Amino acid sequence: MTFTFNGLAQIAVYFLLIVLLAKPVGLYLVAVFERKNTWFEPVLHPIERGLYWVSGVKEDEQQDWKAYTVAMLIFTVAGLLLLYAIERLQGALPLNPTHRTGVDPALAWNTAVSFSTNTNWQNYGGETTMSYLTQMLGLAFHNFTSAAVGLALAVAVIRGFVRRSGKALGNFWVDLTRGILYLLLPICIVYALFLVWQGVPQTFNGSAVVTSLEGFRQTIALGPVASQEAIKMLGTNGGGFFNANSAHPFENPSPFSNLIEMLSIFTLGAGLLYFFGKVAGNVKLGWALFGAVGFLFLVGAVICFGAEQNGNPLLATVHATNDAVVHVDQTYHEFALAQPGGNMEGKEMRFGIGSSTLFTTVTTDASCGAINSWLDSYTPIGGMIPMLNIALGEIVFGGVGSGHYGLLMFVVLAVFIAGLMVGRTPEYLGKKIEQREVQMAAIALLILPLSILGFSAFAIVYPHGVSQITNPGPHGLSEILYAYTSQTGNNGSAFAGLATNTPFYNWTGAFAMLIGRFGFVIPVMALAGVLAGKRVAPAGPGTLPTTGTLFAALVVGVIVIVGALTFFPAYALGPIVEHLLMINGKSF
Amino acid sequence: MATTVERAAGTPAMTDASQRSIIQSVRASVRPAIVLTLALTVILGIAYPTAITGLAQVFFPSQANGSLVYHNGQPVASALIGQYWTQPQYFHGRPSATVNLAGTPAPYNAANSGGSNLGPTNAALQAEVQANIDIVRQQNPDVPDTTPIPIDLVTSSASGLDPDISVAGAYYQIPRIAKVRGMSQDAVRKIVDAHIDGRFLGLFGEPRINVLDLNLALDQAQGK
Repeated sequence: MTFTFNGLAQIAVYFLLIVLLAKPVGLYLVAVFERKNTWFEPVLHPIERGLYWVSGVKEDEQQDWKAYTVAMLIFTVAGLLLLYAIERLQGALPLNPTHRTGVDPALAWNTAVSFSTNTNWQNYGGETTMSYLTQMLGLAFHNFTSAAVGLALAVAVIRGFVRRSGKALGNFWVDLTRGILYLLLPICIVYALFLVWQGVPQTFNGSAVVTSLEGFRQTIALGPVASQEAIKMLGTNGGGFFNANSAHPFENPSPFSNLIEMLSIFTLGAGLLYFFGKVAGNVKLGWALFGAVGFLFLVGAVICFGAEQNGNPLLATVHATNDAVVHVDQTYHEFALAQPGGNMEGKEMRFGIGSSTLFTTVTTDASCGAINSWLDSYTPIGGMIPMLNIALGEIVFGGVGSGHYGLLMFVVLAVFIAGLMVGRTPEYLGKKIEQREVQMAAIALLILPLSILGFSAFAIVYPHGVSQITNPGPHGLSEILYAYTSQTGNNGSAFAGLATNTPFYNWTGAFAMLIGRFGFVIPVMALAGVLAGKRVAPAGPGTLPTTGTLFAALVVGVIVIVGALTFFPAYALGPIVEHLLMINGKSF
Repeated sequence: MATTVERAAGTPAMTDASQRSIIQSVRASVRPAIVLTLALTVILGIAYPTAITGLAQVFFPSQANGSLVYHNGQPVASALIGQYWTQPQYFHGRPSATVNLAGTPAPYNAANSGGSNLGPTNAALQAEVQANIDIVRQQNPDVPDTTPIPIDLVTSSASGLDPDISVAGAYYQIPRIAKVRGMSQDAVRKIVDAHIDGRFLGLFGEPRINVLDLNLALDQAQGK
């Protein structure tokens, strides 16, 4: 591990900014989802009313957990089928100047599932596969709606935890519509224009062709990038306009845009934690969880940075073919002859090591999956951090929703374990945590590793699965583990060397994404339904305090123990053994 | 169907969907699902990108169209997209792993971005770095063997379109540039130092030099 003052300071200042943003964003979320007046009321309220009118939504109607979940499922299926149809038929549809033919069934299905589950795993290159119509109508629509669905679910689960009477969790259609109109869309308009200012293109014209000073012809792909980039980051989608995603200078032109992109990944998740405390009547509840995940974020960010800044020891011994004296320099220099040093393979100069590894930690802590450096080229430990972040459920600030309710499942488990230790009935927010709650939390938390490890185990004994590996040795196992971790976790980032555009990986990946989204959220909603309307017992002297450092530490402990016990054996055979071989000079 | 529940005086009547069966919930969801999907497609898929494009073209026309750089009236580059430099009088950028659509190497292909995705223990990575070291050495024979090569000059960038090199990476090339252009090393160094882009707020990102900016400035300094 090698650390620099600058790299650690970037992590610290970034974290401070998230702390400062949590409260104002959280208060705005309260206004949006508790249906209070917002600044945008005069403009947007008529549109909101109009949408309810044409779709027949009664905005005061309340739904219990089943009705809410059913509405969410039907809406997701409608969008999924629409996208699948557009992809298959794009060759015959308008707005197809580049003459793309219909996408084949396996890839179309994988992509439709991927975008409707907020995963944005991409087994294709956008500019070479999708028509303009598919990109605009199909993919951009899902960038907004899959994010709004995640937010709506998180808000519904929170209502189950905090509401003291009735079975109602809110109205899915209202939460969905308000999340898009009052939250995602206004921010994206400002955000997209900021990105254009920084250099992100926004045009419907085709590529630019230039001739360089040396006479080379260069075709430069353009497009309506900024509008998609804004919701890609804010909605923690992560599906890039270009193959290189946020490493492409047109998606992420500067250290400034990189900082804003990182902030936009965590902002809504951090705000949701404040929102949770606020609607639960005690903001300290939210801050305790903020502290727990903040700790996990800092540890991950520091390790990932330290591993990458240390560089690749195998490259330290490489010399010129005819001259053993000539070596590379992987050390960091701050002032004279400044250079980032470290493991620069697959990283951009303007981000160096610090802004690359921070982005990587953030994008996998939450369910974003955008990348600004290639994870497949990370050192084994540097690459294990993002994999573990996703495997734990992307609970760190939680992105737009899914990670947030994942964190609440760990809280239920932590309260239950603490209750066992002190011999009292566990309770949270005054509500007893009983058999059914713990069952549902356990199902939700076990279904993710079941999908990740199950599909990975299958792929590594199936000859075709192994044949798609491009990096030999233990790194190949990491590639497969990462693919199913990312898809199950609805993240979408990749160890991109693995060639996954095959029927096998398309179909199994689509299943993993569906399990990760719906296999997870249905038991969570059932738990919220059981908790909703449960009688609240007044806190007594024997009640476990669920604010403060002790409780935060307990939650961290449960997360780390569950995660370590589940994934250590697999990681020992992948990144850990690769690290040990690497530091002993072994390559493959 | 929904049952209407009487509320306390003064508050609006609320309907309660809690009593519905699953089948009833499915039926009640079909119309909102289809209509909202179509309506939101129009708002988010058409109105939003079109509005942003209009605003961007009005307020930031240069950036919105790719930050193109013109030289003698001809577009020679995008200020943000790296290019393939091979001639000795120009500073060179980082290795690029981009390929053409047939999959063969095509450095700085701005129609198909990407990195090498070589893993850290893949012997092919070491071979690639060694090949890059040989190229850098061959191009810069006046640099002493004992001067280590900055890592960014021999590793592929993430996008394959990295427009920048490190300050160390530029300094490494100064002896060659000075010799080919017949300038003093000090004169070249002054131009290099004037083109260092600092960190954002002195903290985020890395100090770096845009290769195109630097090469244009060199040409300008010599009146080309």
